[in-house]
Amino acid sequence: MGDIKIDDKVDITDVVCPTTFVKAKIALEELDDGQILRIRMNDGEPVQNVPRSIKEEGHKILKLTENADGTYDLLVQKVGD
Amino acid sequence: MAVDYASLKKGGFMRQKQKNNFSLRLRVVGGNVTAEQLAVIADVAKKYGDGHVHLTSRQSVEIPFVKLDDISEVKAALAEGGVEPGVCGPRVRTVTACQGSEICPSGCIDTYSLAKELDDRYFARELPHKFKFGITGCQNNCLKAEENDLGIKGGIRVAWREADCINCGVCVKACRNGALTQEDGKIVLDESKCNFCGRCFKSCPTEAWDTVHGYIVSFGGLFGNSISTGETILPFIDDHDKLMAVCDAAISFFNDNANPSERFRFTIDRVGADKFREYILDAYNNA
Repeated sequence: MGDIKIDDKVDITDVVCPTTFVKAKIALEELDDGQILRIRMNDGEPVQNVPRSIKEEGHKILKLTENADGTYDLLVQKVGD
Repeated sequence: MAVDYASLKKGGFMRQKQKNNFSLRLRVVGGNVTAEQLAVIADVAKKYGDGHVHLTSRQSVEIPFVKLDDISEVKAALAEGGVEPGVCGPRVRTVTACQGSEICPSGCIDTYSLAKELDDRYFARELPHKFKFGITGCQNNCLKAEENDLGIKGGIRVAWREADCINCGVCVKACRNGALTQEDGKIVLDESKCNFCGRCFKSCPTEAWDTVHGYIVSFGGLFGNSISTGETILPFIDDHDKLMAVCDAAISFFNDNANPSERFRFTIDRVGADKFREYILDAYNNA
């Protein structure tokens, strides 16, 4: 999975629920169908809830990885325009 | 003629401080009221009450300031809009429910259908004291299942399906109980930590889980003069008929053993938690 090409990035570590999801959703709206967004989020509520919200919007989740600083990166492929 | 307050109360008419005024409790199931019902409730509140309604703590609607002389007229007017009076006193009360899986993304069971079924089966059944059912769709427990004499909480029992797993790691973080670990490309479930919340399944991009939706039942909750949390003494119930058998058993245990005006919790405590557990387990095992 190391060769996934990231098209755009958004950092939602500076906001709290429900703005976390809103910020990610807006970033996804900027992409074209099939493009990949890397969403950086905090541990705790964001990583527990944001992936599921993104899934419920119909996008495709590819990978969740933990960073050295305790944040997480979620790779999401946009589905639909 | 003397006013029979007990039968008025049974029929949902709650005596007010103000002489000859009653707050009429309506029959509501699972907190759902149709637009048609709301319209007739509004009309009746304007015409026979003082123009307001009260939303009760357990999802019912009451129309205050209904006059004693108008009771039969009010009942007829409500019936035209599909609204019936509720009940008070020593019997099975309003069955409450959250929105459940038909509406809420978190819901694990169809709470409204279950509330309807329990209402059809038990509503207004005469018992030694009040008996409350509450149904909540998931571990978020918006409906506070354990406050009720019998609480039902929706859950999902999961088993990982390797073939569809993309090893993204989302489920491990979605689990709030630390029941999941990722080891060498495999997801390992510690069943002793799983609370059936279903978050792993709901967050999984490929839904790589085999699931069984079911019920976690609690008994003996109270949240009035005495406060007590309903206790779960049965395993996860994965079968609807088993759930009904357990509900029947709880009601019959209460009916057969309770003293008049004794709540379920105190009956269980007086008769013995072990004896109650044995009785319920028997119903559970033989359903």
